[in-house]
Amino acid sequence: MTSAEIKAAIDSQYPGTIVEREDLADHQVELKGDQWLDMATFLKNDPNLSFDQLECLTGVDTGEDGPLETRYNLHSMEHRHKIEVVISHDRENPKVASIEQLWRIGDWFERETYDMYGIVYEGHRDMRRILCPDDWEGWPLRKDYEGQESYHGIVVPKMKEEDGWE
Amino acid sequence: MGVLENKFQDNVIVASLDKLLGWARSTSPWYFQFGLACCAIEMMASAASRHDLERIGMMPRSSPRQADVMIVAGTVTMKMALRVKKLYEQMADPKYVISMGSCATSGGPYWQHGYHVLKGVDLVVPVDVYVPGCPPRPEALIEGLLKLQEKIQTERPLTRKIA
Repeated sequence: MTSAEIKAAIDSQYPGTIVEREDLADHQVELKGDQWLDMATFLKNDPNLSFDQLECLTGVDTGEDGPLETRYNLHSMEHRHKIEVVISHDRENPKVASIEQLWRIGDWFERETYDMYGIVYEGHRDMRRILCPDDWEGWPLRKDYEGQESYHGIVVPKMKEEDGWE
Repeated sequence: MGVLENKFQDNVIVASLDKLLGWARSTSPWYFQFGLACCAIEMMASAASRHDLERIGMMPRSSPRQADVMIVAGTVTMKMALRVKKLYEQMADPKYVISMGSCATSGGPYWQHGYHVLKGVDLVVPVDVYVPGCPPRPEALIEGLLKLQEKIQTERPLTRKIA
């Protein structure tokens, strides 16, 4: 199926969930997040779509005023088509349903995105950091992230930008 | 050795116990076998047959209890720093640390934007020899190890230090 046909299939099953956006490419579609687990189950189990592979799951920080996004790259082994699903989150309270039990690879993907962006995946059975230590402060890949001054008594030297390092 | 010299047969060596201990310790510093990043590849190459660290008495040990030297080979993250410190504390005295490569020495390429990288392993454990390079060639590491052996050789473990 082409991207337009996939979008039409989603729209007929879940009308009004596709968010219109100019800046997305042809193979990308933004969906509303409130029914995401149902929709993901549909995307995986519908025989015409059959997205059996979650190729990648990552986060995007669109800047100070913009929202946080989760992006899911889905691929169908059977039909050899793919689509990228975008879900936006409120910056103050980013959360969305977890697809960890649907695509098992999503377990570590969601933990990594949580680790780097602080997006909470509700329903994940083991929602904790995966790369940073458990007591790390802040979300490193957010644009407004500022590094810690010390960690367990170890001083983190700060680079002074006015001294000409930049 | 003054008056004792040439008093014995050829197969007897006379030395002070301090020097003898220094010689024994400096020629068998067993190193702790762990690597953190790409420097570990060079460390493995140093230990393998072409360069062969066992020529100079260095042998990898897998337990900190049996090791004399810790070669910090690679990028030390904050998460790892606490573990490196714990491993250092588990080693028996006398113990030495070699900081191998620019990451372990100063943070290396992660100095500015690596929020999670320890800016030099000397913030956590005392370092005896710094080996520069990114990563250092086996020859450079062996040079550092020979420098460490010189340092161990000059130590006098039985002589009481006078303040």
